[in-house]
Amino acid sequence: MSAAANQDIETEMRDQPETAAAAPAGEVKVAIRKLFKIFGADPQGALAQVEAGMGKNELLEQHGHVLGLRDIDVDIEAGKITVIMGLSGSGKSTLIRHLNRLIEPTAGEIRVDGEDVLAYGPAQLRRLRREKMSMVFQKFALLPHRTVLENAGLALAVRGYTKQEFEDEANKWLERVGLGGNGGQYPHQLSGGMQQRVGIARALTSNAEIMLMDEAFSALDPLIRTDMQNLLLELQNELHKTVVFITHDLDEALKLADHLVILNEGYIVQQGEPQDILLHPNDDYIVDFISDINRARVLRVRSVMHKTRTTPDNCAGEVDHDDNLESVIARSQGDTAYSYKVMRDGEQIGVLDMKALVRALVPTRAAEDGLRARPGG
Amino acid sequence: MATYDFVFEALGLERWCASGTSTVPMSMADLMARQSGEVATTTPWNLPFPSLDALNAACPAFPQSRQVTKGLESGFLGIKDSLSIVLDPLTQPLSWMLSGALQTVLNTPWWIVIPLLLLVVQLVSRSWGLVVFVGLSISGLAFIDHYDHAMQTLAIILVCAFLCVLLGVPIGIAMSRSDTIQRMAIPVLDMLQTLPPFVYLIPLIFLFSVTEPKLYGIAIILYAIVPVIRLTNLGIRLVDKDVIEAADAFGMTDHQKLFGVQIPLALPNIMAGVNQTIMMSLAMVVIASLVSAPGLGVLVLRGIRNLELGVGLVAGLGIVLLAVILDRVSKASLARINAAQPQ
Ligand SMILES: Nc1ncnc2c1ncn2[C@@H]1O[C@H](COP(=O)(O)OP(=O)(O)OP(=O)(O)O)[C@@H](O)[C@H]1O
Ligand SMILES: [Mg+2]
Repeated sequence: MSAAANQDIETEMRDQPETAAAAPAGEVKVAIRKLFKIFGADPQGALAQVEAGMGKNELLEQHGHVLGLRDIDVDIEAGKITVIMGLSGSGKSTLIRHLNRLIEPTAGEIRVDGEDVLAYGPAQLRRLRREKMSMVFQKFALLPHRTVLENAGLALAVRGYTKQEFEDEANKWLERVGLGGNGGQYPHQLSGGMQQRVGIARALTSNAEIMLMDEAFSALDPLIRTDMQNLLLELQNELHKTVVFITHDLDEALKLADHLVILNEGYIVQQGEPQDILLHPNDDYIVDFISDINRARVLRVRSVMHKTRTTPDNCAGEVDHDDNLESVIARSQGDTAYSYKVMRDGEQIGVLDMKALVRALVPTRAAEDGLRARPGG
Repeated sequence: MATYDFVFEALGLERWCASGTSTVPMSMADLMARQSGEVATTTPWNLPFPSLDALNAACPAFPQSRQVTKGLESGFLGIKDSLSIVLDPLTQPLSWMLSGALQTVLNTPWWIVIPLLLLVVQLVSRSWGLVVFVGLSISGLAFIDHYDHAMQTLAIILVCAFLCVLLGVPIGIAMSRSDTIQRMAIPVLDMLQTLPPFVYLIPLIFLFSVTEPKLYGIAIILYAIVPVIRLTNLGIRLVDKDVIEAADAFGMTDHQKLFGVQIPLALPNIMAGVNQTIMMSLAMVVIASLVSAPGLGVLVLRGIRNLELGVGLVAGLGIVLLAVILDRVSKASLARINAAQPQ
């Protein structure tokens, strides 16, 4: 090893783990602009074709290049959960790997806290990966020769902490994911779901401000999955991390997402507030996607109400703005003749008409100005 | 008249041809041919290939093939001295290590050496069965007065295998990190592996004096180092890409990645390479007896030279026994490593 590289380890060694500060809402933590990724021998050459509008299949057939991502623009807000959804092969993993530069983009811009990540040298990049971002992998990617405890403490070990020093922190998070007693075992002795939870504990122990979670819950059984989702939401209330979460599961996405990004064949079909996407899908792809969902359970009162402060004539009571429609239906016992006052923090913010509620339960057709016309879409 | 006269006539080179003669002394075959005075008539059936010798017959100024080998010889002798100046001090430690090891095993009483060996076997393999087997084998060899020879062979193998690992693992690591180095190294490794062992000895004999242990030390190392290099390279390249990605994602330096992830995960492969390296050292140490390597090989050689059938066969059996011991012990430690980290 060169002297320079050694020095560089030393300077990075003893960085203290910082607790992520609660970020003010609306602040953009990670900004992705005009991001393109093309896999193949000559990505720059193929880029011109893609910019001219060539689709994924055409590109593969005519040029032998794989279109990974096309023209991605996302603002990832601090302290929020951004969920990326899409079918298998739509580029979700590719996109999330760009955030910590495990994959280099073909073109575009990535800013974290306003800094251009693509301009980082190796030392700065390591610093970013050690302190600002932690990651949970789709395929777990635990170190097979280290114990569960050592795996959980990996991020701290990399920063130069000894086992004694990181043990408490790692054990705390292992317990939090329900693996308190497994610290001494090796990954191959655990089931897939348990290994995935070790991966989650590893990311949490790192205590980074940004958590990248690539299908972090996909190997879990439904009960533990729900537990983990609740854990994540709970942690969100405590720590306000910036989470980028990938999932196949629409229910999970709707439960977790503050901001939902839907990918198809490498481009963003629609992004926005999940309730808004449910009520106003702008593409048949999304209509298909959401057609099987139990709308009564995921839609919230606030998305269906109309804003007003007046009390309606047929008022039958008050509901909370964050209640789902199912609970309102249960309360009204199916009677559509009434309206409810919608309350937030004890203050009226709108009125929910039961007829509007029933209309909202019918899946929406794609908006006229949908993205269907887009090339490759 | 020679077959290819017309070539030089056509090129108008007769003057140049006449001006010189190839300076190589005539071979016996040439002399005999001249003696018999027969001029072979050329028919299409015995048309000679336009080789150096055939062209030389037509034009004396043209070089003969003997000159190629002769040139190689004198070229080698020419650089030999300067090469020795560089190589001698570099390889001197090898001589010291080998003679040191040989001295040590022979001057330490057997009742220290044998228990020590058994202790090592136990530590490496953690198998009492193997310890008993090794104890019995060595005692058996000692009982028929082959102890000294067997220990010499063992000492040479251990020193050479140790150096092979010491040099081979870093070379393997370098190959695994750079495709260019791998591309350059693979032909060399192929050559080392396919050259008949005797061929190594030829230039080495010219370079070093036959009395120096490093002569056979180098021959053994060159021959036996290949597997440990190859398998280190392979082992590191086979480490799961996902695990490497995770190491990157958590900001490991190259150094942390190499020693914390890649080498530990490549260890089963590296150990398989070490096992092969040890076995190949054993094969070579017997051949190296030709150039004064002591040990059981000397006895085999004596069996061949003096037609002492019994001596040769017993020594051969001793070598087989050593081979089995080395193989079992190194495999047992490999198995232990594998058991420690199943994937
Ligand atoms: N290294 C690579 N070389 C070539 N093509 C690649 C590479 N990595 C990904 N791709 C391609 O990029 C596309 C997106 O892959 P990606 O792994 O991001 O999908 P995904 O949305 O994560 O799918 P899944 O839900 O199955 O994990 C795929 O078509 C894939 O073939
Ligand atoms: Mg994926």
